[in-house]
Amino acid sequence: MVNENLVKDVVKEPYKYGFVTDIETEKIAKGLNEDIIKLISQKKEEPKYLLDFRLKAFKKWQKMKEPDWAGLGYKQIDYQDIIYYSAPKQKEKISSLDEVDPKLLETFDKLGIPLTEQKKLTNVAVDAVFDSVSIATTFREELAEHGVIFCSISEAVKNHSDLIEKYLGTVVPASDNYFAALNSAVFSDGSFVYIPKGVTCPMDLSSYFRINSGDSGQFERTLIIAEESSSVSYLEGCTAPMFDTNTLHAAVVELIALDDASIKYSTVQNWYAGDEEGIGGIFNFVTKRGKCLGKRSKISWSQVETGSAITWKYPSCLLLGEESVGEFYSVALTNNLQQADTGTKMIHIGPKTKSTIVSKGISAGNSINSYRGLVKMGTKAKGSRNYSQCDSMLIGDQASANTFPYIKSQQPNSEIEHEASTCRISEDQLFYLQSRGIEFEEAVSMMVSGFCRDVFNQLPMEFAAEADKLLALKLEGSVG
Amino acid sequence: MQSKMKESDPILEVENLYASTDNLPILKGVSLTVYPGEIHAIMGRNGCGKSTLSKIIAGHPSYNITNGDIKFLGENINSLEPEERAQSGIFLGFQYPIEIPGVSNLEFLRVSTNARRKFLNKEELDTFDFEELVKEKLEIVKMDHAFLSRSVNQGFSGGEKKRNEILQMALLEPKIAILDETDSGLDIDALRIVASGIKKISNAQTGIILITHYQRLLDEIEPHYVHVMSDGQIIKTGESDLALELEKKGYEWTDNFIKEN
Repeated sequence: MVNENLVKDVVKEPYKYGFVTDIETEKIAKGLNEDIIKLISQKKEEPKYLLDFRLKAFKKWQKMKEPDWAGLGYKQIDYQDIIYYSAPKQKEKISSLDEVDPKLLETFDKLGIPLTEQKKLTNVAVDAVFDSVSIATTFREELAEHGVIFCSISEAVKNHSDLIEKYLGTVVPASDNYFAALNSAVFSDGSFVYIPKGVTCPMDLSSYFRINSGDSGQFERTLIIAEESSSVSYLEGCTAPMFDTNTLHAAVVELIALDDASIKYSTVQNWYAGDEEGIGGIFNFVTKRGKCLGKRSKISWSQVETGSAITWKYPSCLLLGEESVGEFYSVALTNNLQQADTGTKMIHIGPKTKSTIVSKGISAGNSINSYRGLVKMGTKAKGSRNYSQCDSMLIGDQASANTFPYIKSQQPNSEIEHEASTCRISEDQLFYLQSRGIEFEEAVSMMVSGFCRDVFNQLPMEFAAEADKLLALKLEGSVG
Repeated sequence: MQSKMKESDPILEVENLYASTDNLPILKGVSLTVYPGEIHAIMGRNGCGKSTLSKIIAGHPSYNITNGDIKFLGENINSLEPEERAQSGIFLGFQYPIEIPGVSNLEFLRVSTNARRKFLNKEELDTFDFEELVKEKLEIVKMDHAFLSRSVNQGFSGGEKKRNEILQMALLEPKIAILDETDSGLDIDALRIVASGIKKISNAQTGIILITHYQRLLDEIEPHYVHVMSDGQIIKTGESDLALELEKKGYEWTDNFIKEN
């Protein structure tokens, strides 16, 4: 049918972040063993407890099996064929942004994340991570005035070792799963955030992850701690060049919210997705989890997942504190041969805890888009509530959408509500909009946007606009 | 009076049109010319091709024109996209208006109005100016402002959907409006509102094609011409009294015309 092809044209969009920065890098040898881990730890001048943490994780990882329950189809990963540390060569000590290699600054400029004093974004502080290392963090002094710590995790290990030792691995233990264990053994860089008691972070914090090298994996680690009555909004963006090989990205993110604290964590994930035939693209195997440790604490995840060949990601909340709140708002768009298996776990442990899940999956091309989620009410979660809504939209007739909700309740005095729907953009709907003068591409984009509205409303302002644009771009193709 | 109208150029010319869907012929040589200011009614049994004719004029992708031409303001539009036809002033009022979840009616109306205005080289309207315009047009169909904040047609009653169609017609100010069974599913009050809306919007420059089964709409809007369709052809054309006769004698009566032909 004519329209079928049109839809295919529309969802094709050239990936505009696919360039490679030509820069001299320091890479270690391929492969994974204790010596490699010791080398990474040594390069980062880490204290002994951290090396021990890594080595313990590696031992565990060696005994674990790569999970296959998600039913994702991909070529076996050869973990000995990956470079675990790759960093652009820089001067030993960089005291200001002016000393950063102009090529790196230019790269982030091109990605829309200018870092220099003159050009930097005014309302958001940025930590820019390039392959295995953090390049720069803006607004550090301004944040420090409020007692907010925002730096790379490597720096935090050096300067705030007590916090790292206290919290690292407490939300996602090294033995949690195969990829978390791998990350714990080899993690390179990532962001660290600490919001002191009673402080509302004066600006949004943001990390931008850029994979540049084709043969190295990226294993970033992020830790955010919100002390009593503090709050922070954190944004995360990611892109990578177009390579015809697959690159492994296995991150771990840990969030900790104490009494009355709130953390809002938003992601726009646009890793390279591979080409139309499914060649290349990032394997995005990520463990993200937040612990609502304190009373009335709140952790809210929102994500817009558009990239990666494979996404395997379940940002979750452990609701321990009484009356704590967990939220998960997700839009996942897959096209061509992309596979996404994403969702959340809401583990209600404390009484009167509340969680909300809103998931919107859009599948086009030959892609597979699955929601997988667990809602669990523990024995002490009396008076707790969950509401879940999982909607899928299909574009074309080759794409597939699945919903796998798991519900476990050990507490009779709790409520769990689950709603699910599947819809298709029909030819009749498109014709209706077109017959009112609306261009075909705009019609598709309007409907997708309308479908995602509930989630976009949860994103920080600038991000919402960006997400809308990103989806429109993915859906618009080269015309217009 | 009619001869005076014909001094101007026709808005729509359908010339010996053959069309099919999935290789199944639906239209088998339809010809129809509409001049400014004219109101045409097309009647006929279910499945005779009335709705198909309206969809083909609007550019529905499921149908292929196998022979013949459609001309709008003298230009052949056979290969134009539906949105191009709409922008240039062809309006199709749907028999079953489509529900579009998540897309706000207000935003939909604004984008579509602006697409038409852009074509007419008129300034596009921002949200505030559009609010003003739409308020005025809501009066015509006696619709409540609350309709604007809902998703397009979602959860609307049959009558509300039809009024929403006429609201769109009022905003788009088409050169020609083809209204496909706009009267079906309406109670008497709603029918009057819709009919008076259509009359208010149309003028000496616009053409209207009413596709209907019933005399009751034609009591409200008197057509200049009535065409009877059967098996993909117009088998008889007359003036408004033809509809009355048809109402009295039923479609069986028209079967004789086919035999005569």
